[in-house]
Amino acid sequence: MKSIGFVPNRLAKAVFVVLGVIVLNFLLIHLAPGDPASVMAGEAGAGDEQFLAQLRQQFGLDQPLYTQVWLYLKGVVQLDLGFSYRNNVPVAELILDRLPATLLLTGSAFVFSLLLGVALGVMAAARRGRIADSAIMTGALLFYATPLFWVSLMAILVFSIQLNWVPPFGMESVGAGLTGFARIVDIAHHLVLPVVTLGLFFTAVYTRITRASMLEVSSLEFVKTAKAKGVPPGQITRRHVLRNALLPVFTFAGIQAGQLLGGAVLTETVFAWPGIGRLMFDALLQRDYPVLLGVFLVTAVMVVLVNLATDMLYRFVDPRIEVNA
Amino acid sequence: MKLTKRNLLAGLTVATAGMLMAHAPLSAFAQDKPVAGGTLNMLMQPEPPTLMLGLNQQGPTQFAASKIYQSLLTYSKDLKPIPSLAKSWSISPDGLTYTFVLHKGVKWHDGKPFSAADVVFSADKFLREVHPRMRALMTQRVESVVADGEDKVVFKLKQPFSPFIYAFEVSTMPIVPKHIYEGTDYRNNPANNTPIGTGPFMLKEWKRGSHIHLVKNPAYFKPGLPYLDEIYLRVVPDAASRAVAYERGIVDVLRGGDVENFEVRRLQKLTDTSVTMAGWEMFSPVMFLQMNLRRQPFDNKVVRQAVMHAMDRNFILKNIFFNVGKPATGPIASTTLYYDKNVPSYEFDMAKAKKMLADAGVKPGNYTIKLMPLPYGAVWDRLSEYTKQQLEQLGFKVTIDAADAGGYSKKVSDWDFDITMNFLYQYADPAIGVSRTYISSNIIKGTPFANNHGYSNAQVDRLFDAAPVALNPDVRQKMYSELQRLIVDDVAVGNLLELQFATLYRNKVHNLVTTGIGLNETLDTVWIAK
Repeated sequence: MKSIGFVPNRLAKAVFVVLGVIVLNFLLIHLAPGDPASVMAGEAGAGDEQFLAQLRQQFGLDQPLYTQVWLYLKGVVQLDLGFSYRNNVPVAELILDRLPATLLLTGSAFVFSLLLGVALGVMAAARRGRIADSAIMTGALLFYATPLFWVSLMAILVFSIQLNWVPPFGMESVGAGLTGFARIVDIAHHLVLPVVTLGLFFTAVYTRITRASMLEVSSLEFVKTAKAKGVPPGQITRRHVLRNALLPVFTFAGIQAGQLLGGAVLTETVFAWPGIGRLMFDALLQRDYPVLLGVFLVTAVMVVLVNLATDMLYRFVDPRIEVNA
Repeated sequence: MKLTKRNLLAGLTVATAGMLMAHAPLSAFAQDKPVAGGTLNMLMQPEPPTLMLGLNQQGPTQFAASKIYQSLLTYSKDLKPIPSLAKSWSISPDGLTYTFVLHKGVKWHDGKPFSAADVVFSADKFLREVHPRMRALMTQRVESVVADGEDKVVFKLKQPFSPFIYAFEVSTMPIVPKHIYEGTDYRNNPANNTPIGTGPFMLKEWKRGSHIHLVKNPAYFKPGLPYLDEIYLRVVPDAASRAVAYERGIVDVLRGGDVENFEVRRLQKLTDTSVTMAGWEMFSPVMFLQMNLRRQPFDNKVVRQAVMHAMDRNFILKNIFFNVGKPATGPIASTTLYYDKNVPSYEFDMAKAKKMLADAGVKPGNYTIKLMPLPYGAVWDRLSEYTKQQLEQLGFKVTIDAADAGGYSKKVSDWDFDITMNFLYQYADPAIGVSRTYISSNIIKGTPFANNHGYSNAQVDRLFDAAPVALNPDVRQKMYSELQRLIVDDVAVGNLLELQFATLYRNKVHNLVTTGIGLNETLDTVWIAK
């Protein structure tokens, strides 16, 4: 119980963090020039003062800003994220419709990069100074430095157009009418390119962190003791070195969870993935304030929860660590 | 395919000719009789916010929703009205009364009968409230609109207005169901998400962020149509991925703007591809430099004329738009009514431009100009960079002041810019799509896409007032010719290019572009060869 005793207190603090995020976002969004009414009037190719005033009144944009913030906060407390002016549907419905696609993409990229990055880092550390180490670290440096959009386009060019191994974009075969297991396989097929391209940067980071951390822990006294005791090298790596070397990896994993959504905006655009990254981007261009705020709120909650989970994971990996509430 | 003498001959012909003309459309050799069935895969970008065409007339909404909703008329490539929901129409000799006879047996997608009452409701109530262009038209021009029985509608105008016949295009006057919208809050009506129209296709599924699925309307009023069983409109936000979608055969059509112009040149060389520039005659957008006439140095007509001499339109066409388009001579596109090419010209001549500034005593080095690109993608960024370069060659200091769509719209509406660029649809008649950029009554702060640059010329105002109400077409032509000369001489805006858009499609797709509104048509006669 001691290991998770900090959770309720942390959750209570998280509520204030999220509320702060909402208010800050609300104010920041309104600093940008233009509002939904002017964008919509522009799209109509016309729109006089009367039309703009009509829209602003309908959307509540004619109210003072503090009134708008207050009304929004009241709605959020009642789990009402508002109504999208442009899409003509409740914001919660829009987000819930798109969130699973993003969670699938970012979750898969997270697992892919974490597992592959740690494995490569361990391999590089175990073969320090050899060709394998150099090859892995060169590859890691390359993918760390290469822009995501370029990797995405090259991946489409090679694996979709030239080799025809995987679909170039989309989440599933539109119009194929697939169901059950066949649909799962189809989605997995579509998932390959976006996951790999989204995950490559983080794979490179995990590889570098894991290798450095493994080498540092390997030089500590308790590892020498284990070797002196005659513990097999594989066991030393798994039980003693890796477990201790993973702490900085978990720290970065917590950060990655927050950063993945940023990468998802680009990945979802290039690969036509119907997630909330694109929803957010479109909403930004269209000044669809309720949708933007809704997406920010959901991502803020996700980041807070992931950070909490990371802290709990610390306790699991290394029981000596005390987490303060 | 069934082996017939005709098919065999066609095959041999294709095989022989193929070596010499690998890129020629095969449609001439393939079957020429429409066949029913099949799926048409297309793209849409950006994804429309709604399919309720009365509420939103953004380009993608027009494209997607025009398969669901219809208007009374549509327009041929040479801008002649042709029937849609109206089977015939007449205009009284005094130009004041427009009478439309509607098709019988038309039903809404929910099975309810369509009638003249729906047209009256759409024009007089629904669109008057939510559609700014229609509201202006109804308020300024229309005395009354009444149903005469079930299948006749009569519009009475306050005074003759010849462009009125062009108000019946689907994005201008989409007919909406009275039985669903009457007495409701139009914008929040739940039916907006399940659009009910009279068109040949019905909405089956909209998976936001992925695709829109339209299926054949079995009760469509034209017997035997539509030929297609279904249409998929796929959302692919990235232009490079859209090109891949066509190359991989995922979609059958690339609409104008789906891919960059340099991709058009490459993709049209694919063996089973046809390309057409037709289908934009109704819209005929002219792209222009918009200089804020309230601010120095653009308040000086000589400066604006010098800027025009400094812009090489042929260079822009060739290197930025990759030869898709043509240089504009003035405010009216060559495909719009009353075009006149006999206007002052501004040939590219940098030395002359510099001399004009010097003669007028303008010292360009004293001015720092903020140039705001049109936020619609890479081609406009390139045009901005070119414009910056040319203005700097004239001696001005130029900074690029970029904004996204919302910011751009706000800044232009509030007249908060030095120089920017834009293009507007012309909608066949200058009174509809051209005058709004030049008449001084349209200088309204806070209103986007109006006379935001602040051009005011009493003679231009008078001519724009008089031309559309003149009953004699020759008189109208004379007035519009005079208008074009005045506007070009004043450089009210710097008209640069008539934008054109290439539609690429597989040879198996037939009847794709048949009218002046192109892919914004219902597509009820499109068929796919087996």
